[in-house]
Amino acid sequence: MESHLTPLIQMKDIEKHFGSVIALAGVSVDLFAGECHCLLGDNGAGKSTFIKTMSGVYKPTKGEIMFEGRPMNFADPRDAISAGIATVHQHLAMIPLMSVSRNFFMGNEPLRKVGPMKFFDHDFANRVTMEEMRKMGINLRGPDQAVGTLSGGERQTVAIARAVYFGAKVLILDEPTSALGVRQTANVLSTIDKVRKQGIGVVFITHNVRHAMAVGDRFTVLNRGKTVGTAKRGDIAPEELQDLMAGGQELAALESSLGGTV
Amino acid sequence: MTETPALHQSDERIKSRSRFREALIVPELGGICGTILVFTFFLLTAHESGMFNAAGVLNWSVVSAQFMIIAVGACLLMIAGEFDLSVGSMIGFAGMMIAIFSVNMGWPMWIAILVAFALCVATGALNGWICVKTGLPSFIVTLASLFILRGLTIFLPQTLENKTIIGGIREAAEGDWLAPVFGGKVLTGLFQWFGEIGLIATFERGVNKGMPVVDGIPMLIVWALVLVAFGHVLLTKTRFGNWIFASGGDAESARNSGVPVNRVKIMMFMFTAFCATVFATCQVIEFGSAGADRGLLKEFEAIIAVVIGGALLTGGYGSVLGAALGALIFGVVQQGLFFAGVESSLFRVFLGIILLFAVVLNTYIRRIITGEK
Repeated sequence: MESHLTPLIQMKDIEKHFGSVIALAGVSVDLFAGECHCLLGDNGAGKSTFIKTMSGVYKPTKGEIMFEGRPMNFADPRDAISAGIATVHQHLAMIPLMSVSRNFFMGNEPLRKVGPMKFFDHDFANRVTMEEMRKMGINLRGPDQAVGTLSGGERQTVAIARAVYFGAKVLILDEPTSALGVRQTANVLSTIDKVRKQGIGVVFITHNVRHAMAVGDRFTVLNRGKTVGTAKRGDIAPEELQDLMAGGQELAALESSLGGTV
Repeated sequence: MTETPALHQSDERIKSRSRFREALIVPELGGICGTILVFTFFLLTAHESGMFNAAGVLNWSVVSAQFMIIAVGACLLMIAGEFDLSVGSMIGFAGMMIAIFSVNMGWPMWIAILVAFALCVATGALNGWICVKTGLPSFIVTLASLFILRGLTIFLPQTLENKTIIGGIREAAEGDWLAPVFGGKVLTGLFQWFGEIGLIATFERGVNKGMPVVDGIPMLIVWALVLVAFGHVLLTKTRFGNWIFASGGDAESARNSGVPVNRVKIMMFMFTAFCATVFATCQVIEFGSAGADRGLLKEFEAIIAVVIGGALLTGGYGSVLGAALGALIFGVVQQGLFFAGVESSLFRVFLGIILLFAVVLNTYIRRIITGEK
């Protein structure tokens, strides 16, 4: 990928120990603006620990994080958020009983001054919400539609649209497609594609190779807390990725017995 | 992955809803229906009893206003995801403190009132702080406050005066500048004029001969209306209102989005305590005395009014206007049964039944909103 550019984020030889447990034993990943970097790994590979380190929740035990060319030390997640690193978690920071527009601006409410008083600017919030959701290809019944009535994929999209609207440069998506049906997944993947085209760097965590192949520019495979390798799109076949994820041989044996259905 | 071109095409998976059904999905639905029902009922059964002449209207308005004052606090707190069971005890406690400060200790009334407010709001803050810090359900924490405050309200006057009712507050409030804010009346001139032009009845005998039977709007009603308006605007039109909904809807998600959930909850506990103290102050100045049993069961009545008003017991959803309607229903029914000559114990039966209906209706509305099965 564009090697002449500085990566948005560069994580070098990140190690993270929890007491005697070594969760990460040297993970290196970099991310450029406008690319979708897929982070693949089986359960327990260290994906979650790694993204939590990237988003400021954990401090690495060893290793270096460079953000826009400068070494970075996040004290807490809010630091990371204000620097432009947004995480869309598996459970979503969305409140089902509240309207989409109230959710969209939760914690960042737009204000309108009336004399000395400041009020929630509902007109602005409603307009922006409808507009941003339309850009992502979701037609709401109205900005006051409750989030609870949206499907899982649509909720992911609201969360992504919200992060993008509030100026994310790096968007970390933690298994956004893991609980979704086929069509919902397609919608979320198309959202990722749109976000990438706006020049935002997307870290897409998944253990589904097909989802990764659909939108990824580069693929990094984690296994047992280490980077197994990074490959560009077109340099690697889905089967190889699958093998790397599961640590090769064992899965190959299993797969043949299952008739290639995994 | 291709772009989805259909921008203005409606989604075929969303069933279109009729405008009527849409209009039904508001938290105030139960309150509105209940209000219409209750007024229709009493207009038919009690219209000859004087319930709807000036004195009668004032009578149930005052009772409704009392319910409204505590319902506003309980409503915002419930939407923020917490309960306060100590409201009733706090009413008794606040009134008793005002009486002790002003009558026993001889402080000027305004200082007594302000100190009582400070004490109660601080107790509210403590309630909230304990809930937030320990993560214990507010149900338990405020149940403790219910007993502690009630115990103190009985213990203090007994130790100081050897009785459980302290009188003489009206005399102590004489000439005070703050007391009329709670115990006074407004628009007395207007009502005088209403009496003169015969719009409302006047006394025909006695010392008040020629005076209108209703000589003004009690400050209690003004407080109720101001608090309802304040609560409604705060909840629906401000950033803080959004935080109240968010804190009650899902505290964890709200925190993830940068909402100061703990602060919101503690402030709502303080506001509930403030409302209880307003209630208590109006009451002691009107009665001229403070009793150790004042405010008994008020916490539950406040919660029932809020639930009739459409708020969910689980938090995150509700309406101050709905709670005000719930309070109005309460006041009208409680006094209406009296006017209609019905045994007043039936009021409790009515409460229980209407509460059950309200909760069922709210659950149904919640399912429509969130699409749960």
